Amino acid sequence: MKALNFLTRTRSGRSMDWTDWLSYSYLVMGLFLMFGPVLWLVMSSFKTESALNEFPPSFLPYGQKAIAVPGEEKMKPVYRVKMPDGTTKELAELRRIGLTATHVDPARPDDLVRVNVKDREPVREFKLATENYTDLGGKISFGTYLWNSVFITVIATILTLLFNSMAAFALSKYKFKGRTSVFLLILGTLMVPPAIVLVPNFLVVSELGMLNSLWGVIWPAIATPTGVFLLRQYMLTIPDELLDAARMDHASEWQIYWRIVLPLAAPALAVLAIFSVMWRWNDFLWPLIVLSKEEKFTLQLALNAFQGDLVTQWNYLLAMTVITLLPITIVFAFLQKYITQGIASAGVK
Amino acid sequence: MPTPIHNGVLSEKLQGVKIMKTSRSTPWFFLAPNVIVILLFTFIPIAINIYYAFTGGVNLYPNQRPGVGVENFSTLLECGSYFDPSSCRKDVFWQSIFNTAKYSFFQVTLMVLFSLITAVVLNRKIMGRGFWRGVFFYPVLLSPVVVALIWKWILQRDGLLNAAMVGIGSQPVLWLAEPGWAFFWVTFVSIWAHMGFYTLILLAGLQAIPADLYEAAQLDKASPWRSFSRVTLPLLLPNLMVVLVLALIKAVQTFDEVFVLTGGGPGSATTLVVQFIYQTGFVEPVRLYGIAAAGSLLLALALVALTLLQLRLSKADEMGERAK
Repeated sequence: MKALNFLTRTRSGRSMDWTDWLSYSYLVMGLFLMFGPVLWLVMSSFKTESALNEFPPSFLPYGQKAIAVPGEEKMKPVYRVKMPDGTTKELAELRRIGLTATHVDPARPDDLVRVNVKDREPVREFKLATENYTDLGGKISFGTYLWNSVFITVIATILTLLFNSMAAFALSKYKFKGRTSVFLLILGTLMVPPAIVLVPNFLVVSELGMLNSLWGVIWPAIATPTGVFLLRQYMLTIPDELLDAARMDHASEWQIYWRIVLPLAAPALAVLAIFSVMWRWNDFLWPLIVLSKEEKFTLQLALNAFQGDLVTQWNYLLAMTVITLLPITIVFAFLQKYITQGIASAGVK
Repeated sequence: MPTPIHNGVLSEKLQGVKIMKTSRSTPWFFLAPNVIVILLFTFIPIAINIYYAFTGGVNLYPNQRPGVGVENFSTLLECGSYFDPSSCRKDVFWQSIFNTAKYSFFQVTLMVLFSLITAVVLNRKIMGRGFWRGVFFYPVLLSPVVVALIWKWILQRDGLLNAAMVGIGSQPVLWLAEPGWAFFWVTFVSIWAHMGFYTLILLAGLQAIPADLYEAAQLDKASPWRSFSRVTLPLLLPNLMVVLVLALIKAVQTFDEVFVLTGGGPGSATTLVVQFIYQTGFVEPVRLYGIAAAGSLLLALALVALTLLQLRLSKADEMGERAK
């Protein structure tokens, strides 16, 4: 009873009442619903193609046990065979013709046992099909897609940080005619969803010769209004006296921006960098329009193309999906606090 | 390195320095890159888009497109009966409007409802709040393609859900091949993927409600439900309205996850407006850019209306904050 009291004690010190029980049941249900599907994906990605075709599926990745048989090149699948005398033995299958399979004990390669396929069942063991991952490089040009995605994400993020912080610096540290209008102009683009300007943007990008070029994805994406807003609000808190002091020391305006304001705005830059990485890594509709050649595909485009194939190779597709969600998951695991705070303060994702 | 300065002398000296060193063009030098990109990829395209909407033909180059007046719009809007998409000239467009309206209604109301419940639960004195918040927020970060594939894998014919169906003695269902079920799952999956974001915003709103109000309610022996309906809900209402409109603005523009999950099918049962624009402009063998542009202008009109609504609401929200 004491133990139960201890376990059901809440942070406020009183014992759990029915609302607490309800809350925790809701949360546990949420855990299953939110994480379960992702966990199922990860588990499935370690299954062999034949294990993926099993119905009903098992939770853990199982595969048929295989064993080396002297004189045979390939590993041979192992079956539990019912012997004529009524005992069962684990034997390797050499070959199968019609309903008759020829089995052998690897320890005694000369004793062949012929049985009807009804009298045996496969021996299964826990087995991670890591070949789903290791084969990716060879089977599909996975390396190319990964490179394209990384290139777009890294370059676009660097340019976003540079362009947005320069604009934010001008908007927060100078008084000039037209400042408010420019700020409103930039914020106004928040209200122009990309879906609205698909067709004309396609024209602009093709006129600039950037169709089927990674730059055609990078340039239109970098002038984020969110970034300018976030950085401007932060830079407003940097005291102007610091800048003036630097001016007295004959620092140029660029040096003031680069050496003083930028380092001081590091926390806001970090938040924007996290956001930008997530945005660009996850981008889909615009890359889908600009990049139509397979060698220019990003991971997201490749995933979409493969899942649409008539014969979907789910074992590779699942492995590739897991790799695609991995960077975001790692970023989230380490930077959850910054991400949630950034969203709560800026109200954007 | 900035040197320490004594205040009195400083201000006089500084005036001079500022005028001497910063020329009028300096801010524009810093603004230029960002502004040029915005002009090139947002404002010029908006202008071209309007031009496209009033010209016809299949040529992408504006100077080779004949003007057609409002024909693109009348093609899109011509209907025998506005309540029956199949009687319209562009039946897929109308179907996509109906779908988007239905989808937005269910997705937004259910998502905000569940976000509210989740936020209220997370706002209680619970153990490991950071962890639980992370659990609900995690799917928000996944790409739409990944989200769609995660669920496609579960919903496929031999998938996990059908295994469960067979397990309880029922028949397997082709979840994404039956129009009704496909629509249900499209809505469900997008709620799954986005509710964490709105939960977070509502949670911030809940945390701004002063704790002494609840203490007062407790002293008055108010039931949990009563303190929710009389304290939480009224004070959260402004946040709730903003979240509602924000979610609506997003829902109207949905494309990615639905496109990967169902491809708009079966038939056009889950085709949304943005997918119609994408297909008209970039997939069909005859690319009717004018129709696509006209369609996106109509979508933009709806979004402007929603955004104005949001601005009004958030202004009301701010006034409410001040009043608090």
